[in-house]
Amino acid sequence: MGIRFVLMVNKQGQTRLAQYYEYLNLEERRTLEGEIVRKCLARTEQQCSFVEHRNYKVVYRRYASLFFLVGVDNEENELAILEFIHLLVETMDRHFGNVCELDIMFHLEKAHFMLEEMVMNGCIVETSKSNILSPIQLMDKAS
Amino acid sequence: MNPFSSGTRLRDMIRAIRACKTAAEERAVIRKECAAIRAAISENDQEYRHRNLAKLMFIHMLGYPTHFGQMECLKLIASPGFPEKRIGYLGLMLLLDERQEVLMLVTNSIKQDLNHTNQYIVGLALCALGNICSAEMARDLAPEVERLLQFRDPNVRKKAALCTIRIIKKVPDLAENFITPAVALLKEKHHGVLLTGVQLCTDLSKVSTEALEYFKKKSIDGLVKVLRDLANSPYSPEYDISGITDPFLHIRLLKFLRVLGQGDVDASDTMNDILAQVATKTEANKNAGNAILYECVATIMSIEDNGGLRVLAVNILGRFLSSRDNNIRYVALNMLMKAITLDSQAVQRHRVTILECVKDSDASIRKRALELVYLLVNENNVKSLTKELIDYLEVSDPEFKGDLTAKICSIVEKFSPEKIWYIDQMLKVLSEAGNYVKDDVWHALIVVITNAPNLHGYTVRSLYKALQTAGEQETLIRVAVWCTGEYGDLLISNAGLLDVEDPITVTEADAVDVVETALRRYSSDLTTRAMCLIALLKLSSRFPSCSKRINDIVRYHKGSFVLELQQRAIEFNSIIEKHQKIRSALVERMPVLDEATFSGRRAGSVPAVASTSQGDPPKIPNGVVKPASAPLVDLLDLSSDDIQAPASSGGDFLQDLLGVDVSPATSQGTNQTQKSGTDVLLDLLSIGTPPAQSSTSMLDILSSSQDNKSSVDALGKLAPSPLAQASSPVESSPAMDLLGGFGTSQSVSVTNGPTFPAIVAFESSSLKVTFNFSKEPDSPQTTLIEAQFINKSPNVYSNFLFQAAVPKFLQLHLDPASSNTLPASGNGSVSQKLRVSNSQHGKKSLVMRVRINYKVNDKDVLEEGQISNFPRDL
Repeated sequence: MGIRFVLMVNKQGQTRLAQYYEYLNLEERRTLEGEIVRKCLARTEQQCSFVEHRNYKVVYRRYASLFFLVGVDNEENELAILEFIHLLVETMDRHFGNVCELDIMFHLEKAHFMLEEMVMNGCIVETSKSNILSPIQLMDKAS
Repeated sequence: MNPFSSGTRLRDMIRAIRACKTAAEERAVIRKECAAIRAAISENDQEYRHRNLAKLMFIHMLGYPTHFGQMECLKLIASPGFPEKRIGYLGLMLLLDERQEVLMLVTNSIKQDLNHTNQYIVGLALCALGNICSAEMARDLAPEVERLLQFRDPNVRKKAALCTIRIIKKVPDLAENFITPAVALLKEKHHGVLLTGVQLCTDLSKVSTEALEYFKKKSIDGLVKVLRDLANSPYSPEYDISGITDPFLHIRLLKFLRVLGQGDVDASDTMNDILAQVATKTEANKNAGNAILYECVATIMSIEDNGGLRVLAVNILGRFLSSRDNNIRYVALNMLMKAITLDSQAVQRHRVTILECVKDSDASIRKRALELVYLLVNENNVKSLTKELIDYLEVSDPEFKGDLTAKICSIVEKFSPEKIWYIDQMLKVLSEAGNYVKDDVWHALIVVITNAPNLHGYTVRSLYKALQTAGEQETLIRVAVWCTGEYGDLLISNAGLLDVEDPITVTEADAVDVVETALRRYSSDLTTRAMCLIALLKLSSRFPSCSKRINDIVRYHKGSFVLELQQRAIEFNSIIEKHQKIRSALVERMPVLDEATFSGRRAGSVPAVASTSQGDPPKIPNGVVKPASAPLVDLLDLSSDDIQAPASSGGDFLQDLLGVDVSPATSQGTNQTQKSGTDVLLDLLSIGTPPAQSSTSMLDILSSSQDNKSSVDALGKLAPSPLAQASSPVESSPAMDLLGGFGTSQSVSVTNGPTFPAIVAFESSSLKVTFNFSKEPDSPQTTLIEAQFINKSPNVYSNFLFQAAVPKFLQLHLDPASSNTLPASGNGSVSQKLRVSNSQHGKKSLVMRVRINYKVNDKDVLEEGQISNFPRDL
């Protein structure tokens, strides 16, 4: 299991999406998110995209006002996760059309469905954008 | 309809929350929404169930409790429509976890959905199962998942594959059933299926050796072909990422090849060509290409040696290291850590670049580089590397200093060629960053100093000089004060002058000044002040001319508000004024501290290299704040309250220093003073303070690990055994107790919280491994294990390497072994520290698989075994 959690956080440090692939209770999650967000948001553009925190390695990438943070274990290829974040953003872009924070807030469940199609149990399932989006588009048509 | 649940739609709720200006407002909005949702749930409101759950997910994301919505998820999953099911499953994955009993109830719904005719519903159920499946569910549903691995739609197959990974992790016994269907997935064309299929095979190989052997025989050629086709494939828009087709699949394949090639020459040979091709042909100007190269290097480093490939890999790393992209440099450092065990020569070549990275502005890179430098140090380069690091200490960021000092101290301790060098380096570190140095480090320094009699004079003079320039470093002050107390006479007389130093002129008054300044220093903490008082007591005997002045200082502190200081001052004042005849015997130099026992104790109680600094050491609980009515209870109940942490290490160390059970010589030394000391003791302990209070301060001494040097000094001369005795449950009057126990009781019972018996973890005809356990007091999940290896054969073992593996619910950290050579016939042993965190603490006990490699008479020997006789509750 490589990916432990996926977080989307805005510039103010508010969580906009959180998906954990291992169980943490509410209190643990809040502190973890707080610590990680503080650490990552303080870093500059030039610094590398990896932060070690507790036993996680956090790979993060910033898109406008939104930070995408992925917590992985030590075995995972950090560069690949960086690429994965980009793929996630491109997929969301294709669906929402230039995705922004509000899209994710107001369509939280859709963002989750997309993520669900891409990651399962901490592993990447699918990397083709059209494969990821087809079930979601199907639903949109039906409703 | 309920008046609360009527109006707000999901959108409106989100808007309302966004409009909140303060956290209190947000809480109010959410409280109202939650009340409405609860009401809707209790009315069994069908219509808005879907919307309510979506709201709950949002509330959950914001970090508010949502447990009351769990049953709603189950109801939605059980409903027939796809939209309801979909949101129900999503809620299930977000709001529930495998520990909750509600999950039992959902097994049946999932089972039905796995058999549903609609492939999307099957997909939903698989996805949920893959994310939350528990061991019971895994057993119940494994046959369905196995069948779905051959389902007609590839989107279902890929999800079934990942679901299988979860199942075999939960129940490894089931792995066998999945080997054949898993192999079939490797022949697929669909990337999703291939990606997950390869991942499944990798995980199968990890849990089942049978599977690993099977894949080695049957699938390597196929995999190599898949990778070759992928690497040579023409542009395919669907999977293209910056010019490379599906880098994720590349990486998965390389990972799997790594598992197959490890320790298998034939398998490694088969994949050599394709690895060489990937390593040379992949474009390195984009991140995706570098990700593949990075993975490829990892694989080359792990499989069986092929000279040419290794050179290629090291070259790639060299290129990475000199890259301007920080991400690339970071992964290069990361990989060099792994490469260092294979080819330290190649890594040493990059030493200068790595050292530069230690000084980088980026904390992540610095941390990696520092860890790498730490591994690079050996006997030959220790001096130059230490110099570089200490020089850098001057200019480094404050937050990095903790890590840096810890590492420097550890390097210096481990590789110091001679004691004088060790002392010199440590003094530099203390003067530069003394406030960041951990207690055990300066404790160790003092132990080393006492063990180098010819350097006593040199050390105390160097400390004196250092203090003039760096008077604000707490630990430097402590060591200097301690040494001044012990060796003050050498400071004045310039005795034992080495060739390298210039004589200095220090008067007795100057030496007392040093201690007095430290005592008066505003920011000195209790430990330092207590040490100062002891140093003064010692100096009062060494410098008769300053005796009056010292007594004045001590007397001044009789009025201290800090009980510990007050009591010491009263005791010492009494020694100086009333007991002239025994004073010189009382304040003799400390006996030489035993290095071996110290390092042994230290290894048992504190990890040698702590990687992060915790800031200031915790303040010692002041006796005044303790309720005086129940001091003895406190004393006995060490494991239950806040003083537990220092007690577990401090107690041990104290006994150690006192020589209660180790060194008969020191016990004799104290016996001499006992005859005359008895009445003094009575005197000391009863002056001015009621008995109950004096035991409170006893507690302080016991509980303060920082304090031990000094407190031992005070009491070590007076009453070693009462100190030990103080923790056993006896009379109510401690003073009586102290005397009653005098000279008779050598047994020590410090309650250190739960203790665990040592076990023989592994034993064969040639080797014996024992484990000693200890717990960090504040984290019951973490167990520190000290492994001791004993060679039972008459031959020396060289290249000794101990490896261990643990199941997923455990996390294992191995420190380097104390040596890689194991002397013959049990003439000494090698020890190694392990740290295991148990995420299922209290539910599952530890298990571990171990592998031990060593060379005997130039032949490689491998021993393997499983350890399952760990004590429960670790």
